[in-house]
Amino acid sequence: MAHKYKEEAVIIHQEEICPGVYSMWMHADKIALEAKAGQFIGIYCQDGSRLLPRPVSICEIDKDDLAVRIVYRVAGKGTDEFSHMRTGMPLNIIGPLGNGYPQKSKKAFLIGGGIGIPPLLQLAKDLDCDKQMILGYQNSDTFLSSEFSEYGSVFVATEDGSVGTKGNVLDVIKKQELTADIIYACGPLPMLKALKTYALEQGIECWISLEERMACGVGACLGCVCRSVHKDEHTHVNNKRICTEGPVFVAEEVDI
Amino acid sequence: MNTKVTAAGVTFKNPILTASGTFGAGEEYSQFVDLNRLGGVITKGVSNVPWEGNPTPRIAEVYGGMLNAIGLQNPGVDVLIKRDLPFLKKYDTKVIVNVCGKSVYDYLEVVEKLNDQPVDLLEINISCPNVKQGGIAFGQAPNMAAHITQEIRKKSNKPVIIKLSPNVTNIAEMAKAVEAAGADVISLINTLTGMKIDVKKRRFVLANKTGGLSGPAVHPIAVRMVYEAAQAVKIPIIGMGGVMSAEDALELMLAGASVVAVGTANFTNPTATIDIMNDIRQFMLTEGIQDINELIGAVHQ
Repeated sequence: MAHKYKEEAVIIHQEEICPGVYSMWMHADKIALEAKAGQFIGIYCQDGSRLLPRPVSICEIDKDDLAVRIVYRVAGKGTDEFSHMRTGMPLNIIGPLGNGYPQKSKKAFLIGGGIGIPPLLQLAKDLDCDKQMILGYQNSDTFLSSEFSEYGSVFVATEDGSVGTKGNVLDVIKKQELTADIIYACGPLPMLKALKTYALEQGIECWISLEERMACGVGACLGCVCRSVHKDEHTHVNNKRICTEGPVFVAEEVDI
Repeated sequence: MNTKVTAAGVTFKNPILTASGTFGAGEEYSQFVDLNRLGGVITKGVSNVPWEGNPTPRIAEVYGGMLNAIGLQNPGVDVLIKRDLPFLKKYDTKVIVNVCGKSVYDYLEVVEKLNDQPVDLLEINISCPNVKQGGIAFGQAPNMAAHITQEIRKKSNKPVIIKLSPNVTNIAEMAKAVEAAGADVISLINTLTGMKIDVKKRRFVLANKTGGLSGPAVHPIAVRMVYEAAQAVKIPIIGMGGVMSAEDALELMLAGASVVAVGTANFTNPTATIDIMNDIRQFMLTEGIQDINELIGAVHQ
């Protein structure tokens, strides 16, 4: 088991990069050293009425400066609390949590939908292969898309058609006649379900990152399980812990 | 300074345990907590065969607390014996196995398998609000609770803790019933049945609709119930329910608990158990308390 740490991070910088979407860099020595693409951290709230750590995916890792970046959307009171934090303020975090993406030398699709896009950025930096990034957004708030273009070709889909292809990530793939041998994906469940079906049809490997309401984040409470095809080695039932065996799963192994 | 406490002939190096279901069987949290520094570990409820538990979502946060409806997912007692107990045996801490079942027979099967295992005490879960059969069904009627206590007491060679539910009208009556039936220790409180609704989606947040409320929101209820139980029985009490700090733990001891378990706080701070114990030591130093036992049940009447 890779090591996990409880750490007091210090915020380096935070900015709102789109309405309601924030980018935060923080110093977290041990976690930055250990982390890899597709893992996440748990962020504890200062307000004592909110007990559970918020699971947030790691967007970028700076191993030189021992810092990690998160890009998150304000979705409730916890993330709203984080959005008001400023440079120099401490943040209690735990991590790195979860397994992260496998990294294979195959022609790849990196497919992200909405706030599922951020964890693919570190993966785009790390993967040394032919890769195409397909990013799905609701509208013209196409956060991070320009940063992805440094690492390969980027194709954008928007639901309202304001940027790129009108429609979803699969519409882009079909319209542009794109092909790949492996999919790495993160995003809303309907997108992941569609990608699972698409990958099965195409006969290509597909890795998806799941989310669920979590409590401990470290595999103890069994709050965040997903249904699995095979009996899980740890739980001995057809349930896998998203925080521990996941969040990244090979699509055919999970019943979504 | 003495921090050792005793219950049912078992001496704990300090009164801080982990509450069942919040700490697995110790392995996950052993990266954050030196288990040698705990009074003991109460493992997650285990049944005779693996249980899948409830559908997700199983977790909902509420103001000052959380709801869970895990449904006692567990790998079964055989895996506990093969994998988890050997792990815990490496540490100098007491091991308490929490036992659950759908029928008296289920409980007895687990209890008998644990007789020759390195387990210091059993905690019998007759108070889980999240499973349809068994669990709380045994924990809300005194005669049912007494019956299962008697049957387990006959078959087990370990001290038996009966874990009581707060979802009852009269906790003293429940405590007396299990004491009379042979319980060596009682532990309380399990979670309170709660519910949360997403107002935009107009849906229950938990797939199970209801879940067990834990966290600081329930702590005053735990203090009151531990106090009422302590007035009613002579057997030792393990107090639990929303302990977030040393002060919370000390309140339960003053109300009558000999030992205290920390649960939801582990989620808020993975080192909560040892942080709380350190703060208790500090409290004893500043208050000039030589022996922690002088605090048990010492609230002024």
